[in-house]
Amino acid sequence: MASRHVTKRAKYKTTIKDPGTPGTLRLTLEKILFVPHNPKSAGKLDVEFRFIKGQKHTKEGSNKPPWLNLTNNQNGSFIFEFENYSDLQYCRDFVGKVLAKSGEVSEKPTVTYPDEQLSAAEMELRIKLLQEDSELQKLHKQFVLSDVLTEAEFWATRKKLLDTEANKKTKQRLGFKSAMISDIRPSTDGRTNKVTFNLTPEIILQIFAEKPAVHRAFLSYVPNKMSEKVFWTKYFRAEYLHSTKNSIAAAAEAAEDEELAVFLKLDDILASEARWKIRRVDPTLDMEADEGDDYTHLPDHGIFRDGSKDMTESQNELYRRTLSQDINRHAAVVLEGRAVDVDLDDTRAVAEALAWSKQESSTKRESDGDTNQERLARVSRMTEIEDLQGPNNLPSAPLCIKDPRDYFDSQQANALRTSGDALGRTEQIKCSLSTQEVYGSLRQSISVIKAMGLKDPIVKPEVAHQVFDALTNSISTTKYHIGKNPHESVLDRLPKKTKDELLHHWTSILELLKHFWASYPITTSYLYTKVNRLKDAISNIYPQLEEIKGSVPSELRHQVSLLVHPMLQALDAAIQHYEADMQKRSTGSVDKPNGYV
Amino acid sequence: MAPAPSKLYADDVSLVVVLLDTNPFFWSSSSLSFSQFLSHVLAFFNAILTLNQLNQVVVIATGYNSCDYIFDSSSDLNRSFENGRMPVMCSSLLQKLEEFLIKDEQFSKEEPDGRIKSSLLSGSLSMALCYIQRVFRSGALHPHPRILCLQGSPDGPEQYVAIMNAIFSAQHSLVPIDSCYIGAQNSAFLQQASYITGGVHHKPQNLDGLFQYLMTIFATDLHSRSFLNLPKPVGVDFRASCFCHKDTIDMGYICSVCLSIFCKHHKKCSTCGSVFGQAQSEVASASDKKRKTPET
Repeated sequence: MASRHVTKRAKYKTTIKDPGTPGTLRLTLEKILFVPHNPKSAGKLDVEFRFIKGQKHTKEGSNKPPWLNLTNNQNGSFIFEFENYSDLQYCRDFVGKVLAKSGEVSEKPTVTYPDEQLSAAEMELRIKLLQEDSELQKLHKQFVLSDVLTEAEFWATRKKLLDTEANKKTKQRLGFKSAMISDIRPSTDGRTNKVTFNLTPEIILQIFAEKPAVHRAFLSYVPNKMSEKVFWTKYFRAEYLHSTKNSIAAAAEAAEDEELAVFLKLDDILASEARWKIRRVDPTLDMEADEGDDYTHLPDHGIFRDGSKDMTESQNELYRRTLSQDINRHAAVVLEGRAVDVDLDDTRAVAEALAWSKQESSTKRESDGDTNQERLARVSRMTEIEDLQGPNNLPSAPLCIKDPRDYFDSQQANALRTSGDALGRTEQIKCSLSTQEVYGSLRQSISVIKAMGLKDPIVKPEVAHQVFDALTNSISTTKYHIGKNPHESVLDRLPKKTKDELLHHWTSILELLKHFWASYPITTSYLYTKVNRLKDAISNIYPQLEEIKGSVPSELRHQVSLLVHPMLQALDAAIQHYEADMQKRSTGSVDKPNGYV
Repeated sequence: MAPAPSKLYADDVSLVVVLLDTNPFFWSSSSLSFSQFLSHVLAFFNAILTLNQLNQVVVIATGYNSCDYIFDSSSDLNRSFENGRMPVMCSSLLQKLEEFLIKDEQFSKEEPDGRIKSSLLSGSLSMALCYIQRVFRSGALHPHPRILCLQGSPDGPEQYVAIMNAIFSAQHSLVPIDSCYIGAQNSAFLQQASYITGGVHHKPQNLDGLFQYLMTIFATDLHSRSFLNLPKPVGVDFRASCFCHKDTIDMGYICSVCLSIFCKHHKKCSTCGSVFGQAQSEVASASDKKRKTPET
């Protein structure tokens, strides 16, 4: 009986005085259908829920019979008399639910969904969790979308999941790409002489990080001396000149335009940084140099150059940039990581943030007096000569491991004790003969068999037959119970669909039972309705399990029923408790807690 | 577990390494006499050799003080001790066995104290595995090897580690260990050995029909086992015992440093001395559902 419709025996009365026509009342999500048992009588009723405004019912404790009164828009009423109060309850809940769903005002809402102020972030988190875990999604679909559980209840038990998800989001920072996007290749239009450079905020950030001179220029020129657009145009002009490798032209243009010169020159900030770094190299760093590294004694430092170009090159040294310098700089920046966490679209803000973070790191550098000291101390430590050292008397804790034989000895005794032998204890047969005697007897057996030859027949036919029978019997029974392979589990032998279904049922039953048992003892009507909902869902599971049992081929049916058995037990326990509780309530304790009907 | 990968010439050629228990203390008090046992077993060897022309049987004696190779069917050194009653192969085996027993006796130092002591199963297992490794390295073509333990003596707890090592190396080389236990109690070692390596373990009920048991269960080669239903133990007892009381437990506490097992919560591990931290109490996130739901 899904909660999609309710069918109950009832009597339909048009007024209170009416004795009522016996028949069947069927409530679906859209309409109320009443069909009298006697097809000739006139009481047939077919009303849509849209028209039902509210419902009233008689109280359980009173002496009145169980009546449900549905009032419709035109102030008419339909009165149904049920056989007992639980039927009434059931229908009442159903009607309440339908009315609540359809947005009509019901006199007593049987189901209230607690209002949750969910932020968009929360919603997103939940959706993300659902998308990632298909098991969770299935449970969610099964219960929340079919109104067995509310969203709040579902997620209340999964707070931990949500928390870890939320924390995960904030931790990871994206770094720079290792591709050199700052090395922009312009797109050229073959027809006109224009060259187009594309610039994105990402690229801007990288340019500022890699070329501190450009960064400095930006901070000082924009917006005072020139607009951002002009700045970038000049920058790209410089890039273009570099790419043509025409250092003479570069020198010429630099002479004309001082701002352009900034871009064309070597980055002096970088140069000073490099010098500073070299001064601080740890002298204890062990770098082995060999002949291959000795380039100073090779002509031209090992680089083959055309001697004729030497003269002009030296003048334009400043305007030459090598690929290796660029790559090294890019690599250094990527490894440093992203220091800026600002919205990239505002170039000025990015520039400032970058400047600020650089300043921070440089102030850290300046307070370096003690690190210097520490370095010197370390240097002196490392240059100690090991041979001349005294013994290093470090305190040591003795290793204490017990004799493994102690453990294994008793382990064995235990294994023997509990491995199910009929005697119950390890009774070892006493052997009271001496060594000589036993060996002697063994050797004698050998000589006996040598003299007599093999037994004839080796095995008596009856004995063999008996053995064979017993073996066949035991093999077939254990196969029935366990299967061929001791390593195989029962679940693996089931068809995949059945296996998935069973596993899903397990998780959904656990979910339901979790909520069910958490709602006891019932103190509010909210819990009461919740328990009812859960009980309905639980009762729905029984036929589903039966179906699974039926769908499996007959040799596996026994295994499946063994698997299903504990599920049924748990469900039965829950239903039993529910009924006992209902029993207790209907026979009635006098005082009921607030609001409870 | 799949049988050994076949680098062999036919599917059903087998090399059976038989570990024969020759613990004199056990045999002197066993219901089955040693000569009867031998006749069952010798007939069984013959049968294996007739199943396939290329089958091979190697016998290793598991003695009380030592172990030794007794018989190798592929060896040419089977001298003929023809005496009309025994087939040639059997008589050479018996001869070697006798010599082994004499040697073994000479190793004995002390008088027995009444209990049946265990035989050196770990030694013979290791010897069997070494022989099998040699076969593996002998060339491209070799039969499927397997090990058959015919054991009656009880398990010796002092050999636990060695036996487990041998079992795991057999598992690693894909060599099944079958075991037929003819003693009075159960042998946990042999059960575990067969379970882990994918072999068959059986404890015959009726020792007069030992030959029938051997033929039905242990004679077939590894390839054919995939078509046959062989007896399986209903359960293997793998439960551990706790260090403090030596009780068998199935749920307990484990030290994360040395993996020793305790049945109760301790402050310190008694084996390695590491101090245990405080148990994290589970924060019930669905703590009190009643309080969270709104009252209507």
